[in-house]
Amino acid sequence: MSMLEVKDLEVNYGMIKAIKGVSFHVEAGEIVALIGANGAGKTTILHTISGLIPAAAGSIVFEGNDVRRIPGYKLTGLGMAHVPEGRRVFAEMTVLQNLRLGAYTRKDSAETEETLEMIYQHFPRLKERRSQLAGTLSGGEQQMLAMGRALMSKPTMILMDEPSMGLSPLLVKEVFSIIEFCHSQGITILLVEQNARMALNIADRAYVLEVGKISMEGKANELLESEAIKKAYLGG
Amino acid sequence: MLDFLNTFISGISLGSIYAIIALGYTMVYGIAKMLNFAHGDVIMVGGYLVYTGMISWGFNPLLAILFAMVGCTILGILTERIAYKPLRGATSNLAVLITAIGMSYFLQNISLQIFTANPKSFTSVVKWEGISLADGQLKIQGVTIITILTGAVILLALQLFINKTKAGQAMLAVSEDKGAATLMGIDVNKTISLTFAIGSGLAAIAGALLCSAYPVLTPYTGAMPGIKAFVAAVLGGIGSIPGAMIGGLLLGVAESLSKRFISTQLADAIVFTILIIVLLVRPTGLMGRKLQEKV
Repeated sequence: MSMLEVKDLEVNYGMIKAIKGVSFHVEAGEIVALIGANGAGKTTILHTISGLIPAAAGSIVFEGNDVRRIPGYKLTGLGMAHVPEGRRVFAEMTVLQNLRLGAYTRKDSAETEETLEMIYQHFPRLKERRSQLAGTLSGGEQQMLAMGRALMSKPTMILMDEPSMGLSPLLVKEVFSIIEFCHSQGITILLVEQNARMALNIADRAYVLEVGKISMEGKANELLESEAIKKAYLGG
Repeated sequence: MLDFLNTFISGISLGSIYAIIALGYTMVYGIAKMLNFAHGDVIMVGGYLVYTGMISWGFNPLLAILFAMVGCTILGILTERIAYKPLRGATSNLAVLITAIGMSYFLQNISLQIFTANPKSFTSVVKWEGISLADGQLKIQGVTIITILTGAVILLALQLFINKTKAGQAMLAVSEDKGAATLMGIDVNKTISLTFAIGSGLAAIAGALLCSAYPVLTPYTGAMPGIKAFVAAVLGGIGSIPGAMIGGLLLGVAESLSKRFISTQLADAIVFTILIIVLLVRPTGLMGRKLQEKV
């Protein structure tokens, strides 16, 4: 059984059909990329999987749980974390308070402290700035905080929404190495990116989304070589 | 000088009551993003519950206040569930605002029905006479001292609760970003319920103190203090807990001093003038923070 199975998903925004029957699956241990242009519906799909917006039709099953029947806040406890587009850190709370909120659903405080130490080790900047308000961090630091916050819930799967958006090329590289680090910890990743080249470079498989529908799918390295993909998403 | 000091102290006491009410306004606004105009009337209900407990059932004052707190907490949670929650996510914030005004009249009318329009004379919940300083020239009433202390304790307890407990942190998270809070695994609806519960419980305390200081209780008792506390919350920066406290104290002192030294009739006008001037200079209120968004 797949870790995440999305079947014939439809999502409406008012009268507009944003997602028109999308099916895909993510296996445990994979990095799966969802690429596509602005407005193709990538973020909408992630928000629906997290229960932030309701689906109009279709099914979403995460680790055997019917996501459409579970209130969104319960998914975190089931092992799903979500690094949202635009980071959405709690700007008026400190870095440490943000990280602790990431562990909101966890009971064992000793284990939580271990995770916090692990995160501090991999993100020394967050440790340095732990008592600073998250709103005062730079964009790149906020992205790291959002990722650290997701790791604090000890997830089995992370949904990452445009983690490279608005960052300098150097920081983009750093962010992608963090994604690979998460993956090395055994976490399954569903990655939404406009930066198709970077995404395809680290992904196992990928789906290409075009105006609410999947237009292509396959192994990431094969898609990298595909002429159509090169032309549309990789700049030549 | 002693006259001034006396007036000032009673202003701090009145201000503490405003502040306790303003805390309810500001917390509900910060977390549910709505103005609960029925909040003032919860104070009145609290007053009647204390009255019923003390006078009709012979409870001791502390037990009567506890009874009123439980009653108001339940009232707050029910109001939110029945009247406000179904409108959450409605396209217009006006819908919930008007519902809150309707809820305010509803509570007043229900109280009219149950307790009639005849004013009840309230017995102070504080039996202590107070202290007398400077050879008896400066008398501070027990209820004044207790009110000020209660305000301070509530502020401290609330700050501790918000900053040190998981539920308090969840409240902060919900007040900033409901979606992101949901992603952390926080039940937003439960957090909003809790906020209404705390605000209404505090309103019961405010009701007991208000009626002890101004011992006439009618179904309209909560209306004016409710508005004043709302002004205090805006003055301090709505959404900010220390802001509500400072706004409340400032308003109480300004009102007492105006009444004593300028004009009783003009006191409210002066209070609102202060609000307008502060908002002209600092539109977000004294402690209100300007939100900067980073893209």
